[in-house]
Amino acid sequence: MHSLEPVEIFNAKDLETDQEVRWCPGCGDYSILNSMKKILPELGRPRHEFVFVSGIGCSSRFPYYMHTYGMHSIHGRAASIATGLKTSRPELSVWMITGDGDSLSIGGNHLIHTLRRNPDINILLFNNQIYGLTKGQFSPTSEEGKITKSSPVGTVDHPFNPLALALGANATFIARTTDKDGKHQQEIYKRAYHHKGTSLVEIYQNCNVFNDGAFEIFTDKGTKQVSTLYLEHGKPMIFDNGNKGIKLDGLKPVVIDLTIHSADECLVHDETDKMKAFIINSFFDDVELPRPFGIIYINNGVSTFDDAMNAQLQHYKIEDKKAAFNELLKTKSYWEVK
Amino acid sequence: MSHSTQQLDRVVIKFAGDSGDGIQLTGSQFAETTALFGNDIATFPDFPAEIRAPIGTVPGVSGFQLHFGNTHIFTPGDEFDVLVALNAAALKTNLKSLKKNGIIIVNNDGFDSKNLRLANIPETDNPLKNGSLDSYQVFAIDITKLTKLAVAEFGLGNKEAERCKNMYVLGLVYWLYNRNPEKTIQFIRSRFAKQPAVAEANIKALQAGFNYGDTTETFAVQYSVAEAPTAPGVYRSINGNQATALGLLAASVNTGLPLFLGTYPITPASDILHELSKYKGYNVYSFQAEDEIAGVCAAIGAAYGGSIGVTTSSGPGIALKTEAIGLATMLELPLVICNIQRGGPSTGLPTKTEQADLLQAMYGRNGECPVVVIAPATHSDCYEMAYQAVKIAMEHTVPVMFLSDGFIANGAEPWHIKNIESLPPIQSRFITAAADTDYRPYERNENLSRNIAVPGVKGMEHRIGGLEKEHITGNISYDAANHEFMVKTRAKKVELVADILPLQTFEYGNASSKLLIIGWGSTYGTISSAVSELQTEGHDVAYTHLKYINPLPKNFSDLIKGFDKVMVAELNSGQLIKIIRDKFLKDAKGINKIQGQPFMVKEIKAEILNYLQ
Repeated sequence: MHSLEPVEIFNAKDLETDQEVRWCPGCGDYSILNSMKKILPELGRPRHEFVFVSGIGCSSRFPYYMHTYGMHSIHGRAASIATGLKTSRPELSVWMITGDGDSLSIGGNHLIHTLRRNPDINILLFNNQIYGLTKGQFSPTSEEGKITKSSPVGTVDHPFNPLALALGANATFIARTTDKDGKHQQEIYKRAYHHKGTSLVEIYQNCNVFNDGAFEIFTDKGTKQVSTLYLEHGKPMIFDNGNKGIKLDGLKPVVIDLTIHSADECLVHDETDKMKAFIINSFFDDVELPRPFGIIYINNGVSTFDDAMNAQLQHYKIEDKKAAFNELLKTKSYWEVK
Repeated sequence: MSHSTQQLDRVVIKFAGDSGDGIQLTGSQFAETTALFGNDIATFPDFPAEIRAPIGTVPGVSGFQLHFGNTHIFTPGDEFDVLVALNAAALKTNLKSLKKNGIIIVNNDGFDSKNLRLANIPETDNPLKNGSLDSYQVFAIDITKLTKLAVAEFGLGNKEAERCKNMYVLGLVYWLYNRNPEKTIQFIRSRFAKQPAVAEANIKALQAGFNYGDTTETFAVQYSVAEAPTAPGVYRSINGNQATALGLLAASVNTGLPLFLGTYPITPASDILHELSKYKGYNVYSFQAEDEIAGVCAAIGAAYGGSIGVTTSSGPGIALKTEAIGLATMLELPLVICNIQRGGPSTGLPTKTEQADLLQAMYGRNGECPVVVIAPATHSDCYEMAYQAVKIAMEHTVPVMFLSDGFIANGAEPWHIKNIESLPPIQSRFITAAADTDYRPYERNENLSRNIAVPGVKGMEHRIGGLEKEHITGNISYDAANHEFMVKTRAKKVELVADILPLQTFEYGNASSKLLIIGWGSTYGTISSAVSELQTEGHDVAYTHLKYINPLPKNFSDLIKGFDKVMVAELNSGQLIKIIRDKFLKDAKGINKIQGQPFMVKEIKAEILNYLQ
């Protein structure tokens, strides 16, 4: 349900607010903000139909820097607020801004249930594998053994792969991108916007103060080629400048050398194939395999929570509510005293 | 067989049996029939926390108490005139509250060796045989056997046949109080529409019970309670949770705004969810969330979008919602939080009543976080008070805590129906259309409530959040003076709600009475009865009842200041009394009970008399 009024012409500049952006210089969040500012004017909607809802954390300051509607809420609960808003106002474009602490730790419950219900909202999960705002404790995505202020001899926790968690919760859109690649981000955000259902985009975001270089291996020129796989729908899974590919050995993904093997042997990415999505998510657990970026899975065949609930309301809609209400008050077993 | 008929003014009956015996249904059917006849009634369902506690045991006893009469009935009654006990455990649990010489109707089959053992009664101590019931009128009837015989023709299984025994008992009690069973017959037909054999068997059992009274010589007398004089109009029976749901719905119907209920099931609040989830056609979103926090946060999200945001729960759930209520306070969004209080702390007594969340409602959040606190006085009062909760929240952009409790929620009374047209209008503070003026989110009106531009309005894009706001602009501000100003402004905004509240009055007595008793919330009926009786007995006692606790009515200070003797009755160890002492430096005395049960009239009377002397 898009607005019928003519689309307001606005550009990235119009999205600036009068608030000074207070992320640390060099923070990956700037790139995400800029990418969002680039794509918003291209979505064909007026500015006032966008709402950004966030929780708590560095990333959750985002709404203050975007001149749309926005709410900076409480820790972990943005998904619930966004669900209430989107369900009752389905015509709005609702975006949720969150981080690995906000959505995978304190708000983990809301994240999985939101994915399960599938309201038509877009979730940008800034994953920096650290607690930044509280100055450097480990997060549920920090690698095992991580030394931080709260784990001076190393963590004993095993990290989440957020997208595997999401798929397990029956997410209908999962994708991964990185703060170092604005163009890729923009493509993914646009696809997320156009997906009807909850879109979860995990963004590898560098915290240059408390966890600098966490994703360097995936973004540094020297290592990026061999350690990342950029997924394209319908294309074979090839990386390292075409030198390597992924094939299946039974159900196990393995790397093959394309100077010996043919690209025809490679697994072909199908973003609508859930089994392949499970396999792609499993790359996370194998250091020999590249980290997948791009859209891992989309399912367009699932009803959205907001549509389904509004359809119920519409189906039972009462025209003359006051008259019906007065009748309702009486119930079947009223009596009259004369 | 002819029986003499004795006229009575009022009767208290307690139906008790195993929680699988259909006691709640039996009691509510009797209540409905007797209300339909024209008696005033008050009911009090009392059931175990376990869905099916072990059959026949004391923890498994379910009870339904009802009080009906030919005058206004305030309470379900302190003691019963009649105890219907379907098994030994039910008798054991309830005997202490039966009046001396009261009537006991027992099911003989519920006192066999197995049932005695389950009730932890030595077989040698069978109360039906050991003379311990000599001071009562005992009618021991083979209810199970007679029921099975009555329904034999329908070919039901043994268990199904036995299940009809509650209808047998109901039939018998209908006969005893001269009530027409027709309404219940209709009810059974519609309830078991798909199982005609079960329906007919239940009707047969009902009639057999009725006929048993009529044809045997078991009972020498029948009783009759005349109609209560009531104002002309349309009436229905209503319990507190139904009334709460309808009051919330009325606010939505009257404003034309959607009602968004974000909630999570919890005893004794769940029935509000059940009720509201039936009303989708009225534009009601009922969102059963994954937890209490998600429930309230979704309601906040909907309120932000221009709906009426409501969350419902009981104490433990309210504790979880605390941070979100703080957010709504900071965002200055309208939000209604219904706390159907139960015994605490922690999981406490889920099915029992208590008023122990008042201080939680008043102060239980981080920072200085005032919300409006209101409490309905009776079951049907929940209708107007829930409506009022929405009105205050919407017009003053503030969260409102609505403090009902298990007693109010589940008990029922006849209600003179108040149509939608009788309710005052509600003016929301939502801006839903673009305007040429500059929008500043924390600009306020004379009530200090702010204008809320909902997302989607062109030109009013803005950001709000849980960080301290700058006055007028709503921008983040760490400024010291601004913080103090905003804390005081949020408090002042709540205080200003008093401008629209009705002035406090005396229910009984006046400013020159010797003693003032103050109550709040669900204790209204009991304290009214107690004070009314004391006045009849010649004691000059005044009574005022608070429905608005934060803020207090404007004249409350004046109303209480002349009294030397002030008592505060509440179902906790003393919470309102702390507020009264704090605000008015009154040396008030508490009347307190923390047993998961409502006050009894005699308890209140005794405490007042004690202080008077």
